Amino acid sequence: MAVDYASLKKGGFMRQKQRDNFSVRLKVVGGSMTAEQLRTIAEIAQKYGDGHVHLTSRQGVEIPFIKLEDIEAVKAELSAGGVSVGVCGPRVRTVTACQGSAVCPSGCIDTYALALDISERYFGRELPHKFKFGVTGCMNNCLKAEENDVGIKGGCLIEWKRDDCALCGVCVKACREKALSVEDGEIKLDEGRCNYCGRCVKSCPADAWHGEPAYILSFGGLFGNKIATGKAVIPIVLDRETMFRAADAAVDFFSRHGIPGERFRSSIERTGWDALKAAIEEEARVHA
Amino acid sequence: MRDLGADASVDITDVVCPVTFVKTKIALEELDPGQTISIRMNDGEPVRNVPRSVKEEGHRILKLTDNRDGTYSLIVRKSADQA
Ligand code: SF4
Ligand code: SF4
Ligand code: SF4
Repeated sequence: MAVDYASLKKGGFMRQKQRDNFSVRLKVVGGSMTAEQLRTIAEIAQKYGDGHVHLTSRQGVEIPFIKLEDIEAVKAELSAGGVSVGVCGPRVRTVTACQGSAVCPSGCIDTYALALDISERYFGRELPHKFKFGVTGCMNNCLKAEENDVGIKGGCLIEWKRDDCALCGVCVKACREKALSVEDGEIKLDEGRCNYCGRCVKSCPADAWHGEPAYILSFGGLFGNKIATGKAVIPIVLDRETMFRAADAAVDFFSRHGIPGERFRSSIERTGWDALKAAIEEEARVHA
Repeated sequence: MRDLGADASVDITDVVCPVTFVKTKIALEELDPGQTISIRMNDGEPVRNVPRSVKEEGHRILKLTDNRDGTYSLIVRKSADQA
């Protein structure tokens, strides 16, 4: 039987060192799976694999020791149980996310919903090399946004509501950036210090801070053979549409300027950060 | 440091996170709804986080006082709908 490894790999079946054995990579969005999906995975690992699964560093699930002749059956049974096969190779990979505002008290944005939308829009898209999105709900950065080709971090754009403030001082202490102080019966914000963490909003007993969810984007992160931190390029973005336009611009930039086999970071460095910035500013209509 | 006027007081300057919150929570549980407590805590991590945790538990923060000895006193009114 002729084996087309390229198409196997696109479908998330990765050849193991043990001949004719494959590790099946599953599609997971935002690190979230239902109990039903987990049950399906467990059953397949037992029936077709060797009874174990591997959890990858990017919230993926792989079922190893799937035999070549079982691949079609495994695909069919996964799909019947609501589980899709993931992708490998030069395309947009698993979109990772922390729990975000749906679950975590610190969350500034709904990371689950956003990861689903991002996955819907980009998952599997062919590009010069692999391309990763990661979404983290706040400055705590549990999901390590800047490790990704495009990282999205939730922030809070804050506004003080004088009339509701009891001048208790809780927010001044809660702020770790020393951005807040009490002066003449007013809370003063030093905007240059504020990192949009939202701790003032979350801690205020009088709800005297308004926090508007916002997106902090980073581009060109890498955490493999080479390690580099994604960079900001544009200021904090206030709405989802602009955020998506900026992400579109980044993906288009890579598809236009990337050389096959080269990561986004290398394309940016070869073409210039200014070129990326200009492309994003034009597409997203944001200006520093 | 006792805060005159509060119904009870608890000192959490002798413990670290997460026991700061556990001790606070136990002290609050011993109160009747609507009663007040003065919670004495250290500057730094406790004063950054304990007020927020107390708020998230649904209690009402009345005041935060700087004791000027490296500690703060948080005055809290126990939520009316928590027995
Ligand atoms: S990054 Fe923020 S929102 Fe996400 S899990 Fe960590 S603390 Fe929660
Ligand atoms: S925590 Fe709220 S009420 Fe207290 S000083 Fe800050 S804004 Fe005012
Ligand atoms: S958002 Fe964070 S950094 Fe900015 S003022 Fe509030 S607590 Fe300080």
